[in-house]
Amino acid sequence: MIRVDCVEKSYRKGGLFSKERQKVLTNISFECKPGECLGIIGESGSGKSTLGRLILGIEKPDRGTVLFEGKPVAVRKARAGNISAVFQDYTSSINPFYTVEQAIMEPLKLQGKIRKDDQSKIDLLLHQVGLNPSYRKKYPHELSGGEAQRVCIARAVSTEPKCILLDEAISSLDGSVQIQVLELLMSLRKIYNMAYLFITHDIQAAAYICDRVMIIRDGQIEEIARVEHLKDVQSAYARKLLQMIIT
Amino acid sequence: MKFFLNVLKDKLAALSLCIIVVTVSVGIFAPLFAPHDPEEVHMELRFASLSWEYLLGNDHLGRCILSRLIYGIRPSVLWVFVALVLSVSFGAFLGFIAGYFRGKTDAFVMRVCDVMLSFPGYVMTLALIGILGVGLENILIAFVLSKWAWFARIIRTSVMQVAESDYIKFSKALGVSDIKIMVKHIVPVALPDIAVISSSSFGSMMLQISGFSFLGLGIQAPNAEWGMMLNEAREVMFSRPEFMLAPGLAIILVVSAVNFLSDALQVALDPKLMISKHKLQGLARASAANLQGKEVA
Ligand SMILES: Nc1ncnc2c1ncn2[C@@H]1O[C@H](COP(=O)(O)OP(=O)(O)O)[C@@H](O)[C@H]1O
Ligand SMILES: [Mg+2]
Repeated sequence: MIRVDCVEKSYRKGGLFSKERQKVLTNISFECKPGECLGIIGESGSGKSTLGRLILGIEKPDRGTVLFEGKPVAVRKARAGNISAVFQDYTSSINPFYTVEQAIMEPLKLQGKIRKDDQSKIDLLLHQVGLNPSYRKKYPHELSGGEAQRVCIARAVSTEPKCILLDEAISSLDGSVQIQVLELLMSLRKIYNMAYLFITHDIQAAAYICDRVMIIRDGQIEEIARVEHLKDVQSAYARKLLQMIIT
Repeated sequence: MKFFLNVLKDKLAALSLCIIVVTVSVGIFAPLFAPHDPEEVHMELRFASLSWEYLLGNDHLGRCILSRLIYGIRPSVLWVFVALVLSVSFGAFLGFIAGYFRGKTDAFVMRVCDVMLSFPGYVMTLALIGILGVGLENILIAFVLSKWAWFARIIRTSVMQVAESDYIKFSKALGVSDIKIMVKHIVPVALPDIAVISSSSFGSMMLQISGFSFLGLGIQAPNAEWGMMLNEAREVMFSRPEFMLAPGLAIILVVSAVNFLSDALQVALDPKLMISKHKLQGLARASAANLQGKEVA
């Protein structure tokens, strides 16, 4: 469904006129199948978020292609309503001037899918992420981290996308809330049958929710493995990462 | 509409809005409101004090001060406002483009701004008046040309902060067009900043216009203008200080009304501040009630 082919990305280092470029991603190729949960694991600075932005079509790769169902994601029509996202920083994920209701309405409005029954649709979405309808009129600064992230998840699933990119979606939450949100994500996946691209630096969380994990290091794919076979990964770096959790 | 009511809940803001609306409408319809011709000279009435015929008295040429004050609204308030709106909108336009698209556009716009800002404001204005000639219009043109860069810089910074946030990223991922993102997400957030910087420069622009009128570069002699009235009264500052009062108070009143209103707008626009404000007012009411209780007891 999502096909990333030989993608490379580099950013200009220093000022506008300097020629020097920092290579962030090198030769990334992988595929994510419908309904699959693919974990993307790497240390911070390894280029995970950059890869995420390329998949969302916000930025363009220097070389290579990112295809969604055969069409390039950079074309708005191809991804409209089909790819959605949840980001790490829940404090800046919702427009501070929007109520919860307005925030969830945004993607629905864009699809032109507003009907009378949308009121009940918002209640349904809030219910699905474990919030009661009284949250509709609240502003983001009145929500806790976990609640804000739940609203972001509700907003992401509102258009029933085929794929959601979660960029460190649980990393800034506390331990117990992390587990709750993970459970929520797993239950939603059953309801909507979506694919997840789960970006994280936390192998444990990835192992908990994902079907396959992709380990990247310095912008290169180190290894792709099924979760069941995570124990017998080949590369030295992946082994080292795993060992750090076990000990 | 709800937003408008929110603003009016604040008493000070409502009063400021009243003052501004009254000033502007009186200025626009000056011939209807002014009791006399502002340029009519009565030498026998020099420095006459308040009377029923001339409500605020007469100046050193026996002209009606009230009428001059009313006609002075046009250059002092209305035209300054026009110049402000022009330079803010031009600056905001470039600031939005530079802050949102970044990269080469940003670099280019900012270098142009740097060049504009490297001249001191007054020198720039004087130079432009030197080229274009004396007169109110030319001062206003000079204002627009020398101030937009400053606005562009500030607005760019405020846009840039917003443009990096995750909800913009989310909208981009959804495929919302750039223009829609700017209108829906960036303008509301940048608006309070714009309101504050424009209201604070409104005051300084009014005072600068008066300054240039004093130098004889702005509005020309028989025409009324508040700063010029103040300068005329300055000559008799020690013998008849009351002549400073009318134009001075008018300037203070309008400038403070604009500042208070922009503060109130900022509060009304921002949901975070709105709520804390309600709480504060609640607290104030509670303590006022307390005080009254004490007085009674
Ligand atoms: N817009 C950008 N401009 C310049 N460098 C960037 C930009 N975005 C990311 N980088 C660089 O790319 C590298 C990877 O960043 P990122 O993808 O955020 O890593 P991760 O999400 O894995 O922590 C970092 O070294 C960062 O400095
Ligand atoms: Mg990151």
